[in-house]
Order: sequence, then structure tokens, then C-alpha cells
Amino acid sequence: MYVAVKGGEAAIDNAHRLLADRRRGDRSLPAISEAQIAEQLSLAVDRVMAEASLYDPGLAALAIRQARGDMIEAIFILRAYRTTLPRFGISRPLDSRAMRIERRVSATYKDLPGGQLLGPTFDYTHRLLDPTLSGDPEVPEPSRRDGGVGGLARVSDILDGESLIEMEADEGAEPGDITRMPQEFPLSRAERLQSLARGDEGFLLALAYSTQRGYGRTHPFVGEIRIGLATVEIDIPELGFSVAIGEVRVTECQMVNQFKGSAERPPQFTRGYGLVFGQSERKAMAMSLCDRALRAAEYGEEITAPAQDEEFVISHCDNVEATGFVEHLKLPHYVDFQAELGLVRRLRAAWQERGVVSEAEEGDAPIGEAAQ
Amino acid sequence: MNAATYNFAYLDEQTKRMIRRAILKALAIPGYQVPFAAREMPMPYGWGTGGVQVTAAVIGPGDVLKVIDQGADDTTNAVSIRAFFRKVAGVATTTHTAEATVIQTRHRIPEYPLKEGQILVYQVPIPEPLRFLEPRETETRVMHGLEDYGLMHVKLYEDIAHHGRIATAYAYPVKVAGRYVMDPSPIPKFDNPKMTMSPALQLFGAGREKRIYAVPPYTEVKSLDFEDHPFEVQTFNEPCALCGARNVYLDEVVLDDRGGRMFVCSDTDNCESRRTGTGAQS
Repeated sequence: MYVAVKGGEAAIDNAHRLLADRRRGDRSLPAISEAQIAEQLSLAVDRVMAEASLYDPGLAALAIRQARGDMIEAIFILRAYRTTLPRFGISRPLDSRAMRIERRVSATYKDLPGGQLLGPTFDYTHRLLDPTLSGDPEVPEPSRRDGGVGGLARVSDILDGESLIEMEADEGAEPGDITRMPQEFPLSRAERLQSLARGDEGFLLALAYSTQRGYGRTHPFVGEIRIGLATVEIDIPELGFSVAIGEVRVTECQMVNQFKGSAERPPQFTRGYGLVFGQSERKAMAMSLCDRALRAAEYGEEITAPAQDEEFVISHCDNVEATGFVEHLKLPHYVDFQAELGLVRRLRAAWQERGVVSEAEEGDAPIGEAAQ
Repeated sequence: MNAATYNFAYLDEQTKRMIRRAILKALAIPGYQVPFAAREMPMPYGWGTGGVQVTAAVIGPGDVLKVIDQGADDTTNAVSIRAFFRKVAGVATTTHTAEATVIQTRHRIPEYPLKEGQILVYQVPIPEPLRFLEPRETETRVMHGLEDYGLMHVKLYEDIAHHGRIATAYAYPVKVAGRYVMDPSPIPKFDNPKMTMSPALQLFGAGREKRIYAVPPYTEVKSLDFEDHPFEVQTFNEPCALCGARNVYLDEVVLDDRGGRMFVCSDTDNCESRRTGTGAQS
């Protein structure tokens, strides 16, 4: 029995020692450093930063190492750290137009100002295992264009110029903060986007996929995906102007969706939006599809599919919450199970008695607790 | 990072204030689920993060903490939570119910009667008693607002129609101060009668679901039932095989694979105290 005996504390200590041993693995191999993880497993680091809502590659790498590569565990560790940090203020909205672009593709235009930039993508690689990667082969320097790319107009701006796509109005209101305020349905779109941005990549991917297969179809086109470095600016009240405090790598996806028109509004494309820390195209695209699906009520669309259901999607997209509650089932439940055991035994006794005594007898005969 | 860099009881004072406000509101409206901005805790959701946050918000340096899970002080998660507070708050801990000022619990109420000044903090997985009848939060909040509990009574009635009795053995719904239907957390219904008119303060924390609710001292807590099917608790024929206690909740311990079993106290501290004669235990 792992409970009901003294010594739980020693057992836990020993379990953690064994965990540390397994984490280190074979001592004859060199230990990996956080810097190596941050440099060579950077997409894992990006995912941890995105779903932990904390931009710090070094700490994310430490979390991945500490979690033995278990991504959700690493996300959890980093979030638990994040929650202890004070919130100094709210940054100005990131200006993705001014991003220093590393990748930028549009599926809606063959060519556009600034061109299509493939960047460091897996697309068009042939997924053949590459044995030449083993060891530490020489890797040639990439070719770079001079000066970098910035200030590229977004596809949504191009469509905006013709009023072909709905406008996003800045209401100037302070956005909600799902990490500081109780969540109450229905959420504002800002809160919904925050939830999606830290939502589980796999869950959002599956939901997004379901919309493509007819469960809440949104007729999407990738207006644009851009990956690059965006400057974070914060207003300093004492100074009266904003100050750049650093850059973050983000992936932005603007999905252009089916048009709507009414007596009041001319036909226009609608949008779904995705913005994720780091390089994570899959997540940003899934997020933008989910965002659009969740706006069904806004457009008077019939809500029939899981991806359109705000309470369903938002309540279940957080993998730290989900893993905690699913895995809590391994905690002892023997008190409740005992209660169920007693009940089932009693119900069975009543059922048997009914069968033996007579068909006419009602099931309400006073029968003692089966656990007696 | 080491523990010294954390605030007393882990949470920063702003967060504690936010939680205390939620607790005060919960006390003002007994049984009502107050939304609060639950924080990520360094332990998993579903493992007592709500209870831990409530405890962290109410505990002071002079408090004595007891933590139980399934009635026992030595279950692994109880050990872990107790160690957490020893580390981040440096408070004294105890296994004796009578000595504790704050008791955090999962799934049980101690057998030894609670007294004034004690706080019982329940860990709650699903705070909404109507959740399995209506999955939508927007709907259940309206139902509570309108005191529309017909669905719950229909469910209990259907139990009686199908099984001859109410087939809920734990997390048995209660009505608090004649108004709100409340989930008492997954305690066996055996413990429900201990909640009513208790001199202790009862606080409920659900971290993942971000809700806090409360039962102030000396408040009526009534288990839902029907006139012709009154609420009844589990009874055990045998006494505890170790201490001989009757009228306590027992765990069934399987001794072998040939049907051998014995029944022992779920409240391990109460059982031990009775056997060693220490402490005035029931």
C-alpha cells in the first residue's frame, strides 16, 4: 500500500532522487546545457514560451531540461514561475507592420510588395531521415540579404485599402488579462485570443482541422503569415512617451474568411487572427481558424460545431489545467470509492431480493448497508 | 531560485488580498460560488490548487496547519501540501485535529468535532453541483440566480424511480442557509451532517475552475432529500478493526485475493489517538 502507512515523505524524497537520476541519464555522456537547448531545440523552446505566456528562452530551456523534454510539464513549470512575477504595466500593441521579417508568405496573392520570403521553413524539405546530421557536421553560413526586411505592408492592409475586409477598430480600452481577472463567459475577443494564444497546440490544431472538414466551416485563405522580431514598447507615465524595452520573435497569421454582407454592410471578407510567441506557424494558423470559428455569434452564424462553442473551446484548451485534472485521477480516491462500493452492494442486494421474493414488490424495501 | 525569494505562504500580498476579497464575498453569500483569478500554483491543477490558494490567503505565522487526504495525514498528496507550507510559510504543522487552526482537506471532514476559531479548507474539483446536469456555466449561473433547482430534484427523483433510493454516495448536494444549492466537494455523504451549524469556518477552493465559496460558522447546511425519502448516511456494521470506533467512516482494506478484508478508520489520526490514548479524540 502506498498510502495508509507512515513514510510517505521518505517515499516522495526517494522518488524525486530517482527522477533526478533518470533525468541525467548515462553519466558518461556530457550533460546538455540550456544554451544548447535554446539554440538547437529552439522550436521546443518557442512552444514552451508561447503556452506558458512568458518570453524567456533561457528559462524555457531550463524548464524543458528539468521536465526531461515533457513539453506540457515544461510549460507548467514556466507558468508557475510566471505567476510569481509582478505585472509592471501593459505594452503598446505590437506593430506587426514594422516587424523585422524573417518569413512572410501569402496564399492570396502571387506576388505582393516586399515579396514572398520563405525563411527557415520545413516546407518543401523531403522528410527523409538525414544520417549526415549525426555528430557535429560543418554547417554552411546562410545567405542573407543586406539590411534585413522591415516595414512590409500586411495583406490585410492591402485589402483594407479597398474596404474589402472588415476593419478592426481600436477601442482604446484596457484589455482584460486572463491571468489576473476571473474568467466569465461570454469573453471579450481580447480575452478569447489570450486564451487561444496559450492554448494547447494539439487541441487547437484538431479543432481547426475539424472546421476544415465541415464542423463549422469558415472558408479560410491564408492572407498572410509573418514571422519575425517585433519591438515591445511601453508607456512610461513619468516620461510621457513610450520606450522600447526589447524585441520578441512572434508568428502572426491573418486568415481571410468568407464574406458577409447585409442591408447595412456591403459584402466584406472577415478575419481570423493568430499571434504566437516564437516561430510556430502551425499554432498561429490553428489559432486564427479557431478565432474565426468562435466569432460565429458575431456574424449571426448558426452554432453547430465544437469549434464554434466558446465555453467548450476555451474551457478545455488549456493543457496545464487539462493535464492536472486528468492526472489527478491517480490520486487516492478510496473514500469515495468505498461509498460507491457500499451503494452498489446495497443496490445489488435490493435487486436480488426483488427477484427472489416477488415481482410485485417495490424496490424500496428497507435493506441494510451492503458495507455492513 | 530558492524558497527565500518567495513571499510568506508563496502568494504575493496583492494576490492574497484578491483571494481574501473573494472569501469575504463568499461568506456574505453562503454557498454562492465567487469567481476569482486563480493563479498557477507550483502543483498541478486538480491536486488541491484551490485549497492551497485559500489556505495561503488565510494562514498566518502563528497558525498550526493540518493537511489530510482521504482522512489520512500520510497520503502522498497531503504530505506534499504540508511540506509545501512548511517550506514557504514556515508554519507549525500537526496531525491532531484539535491542535490545528487551519485544516486543509480532500474528500473528508475529520471525525473529531471542530470548534470555533478553526478553519476547514476543502479542495474542490468541480464546484458546480449542477454541472453534470447542465454543462454550460452560462446556464448554471442563471439557474442559481433564479433559484431554479428543479433539475436537481428531478435527478434525485429519477434515482429513486430507477434504484429505489438516491444513488449518490459522495459529493451529495446540499442547500446552504435555505438558498444556494452547493457541492460539498467529494466527501462521502457520511460527512454531510458535520457541515450544518458547525462552529468552524468552512471555505471551499476550486483552483482550476476558479471559484471560492464558503459556509460561515453556525450556518444551516441541509442535504437535499424528499419527505418520503429522507437523507440517510452510510452506516457500518463492524467497528474499526484497529481502534474499535463505531459511527466513524471506515475504509475497506483488502487483505488477500481470497475475499479477506477488514474495515479500518479513514481518519488515521483519530484512530491512532484512540489506540495510544493521546489527545481527546472521539
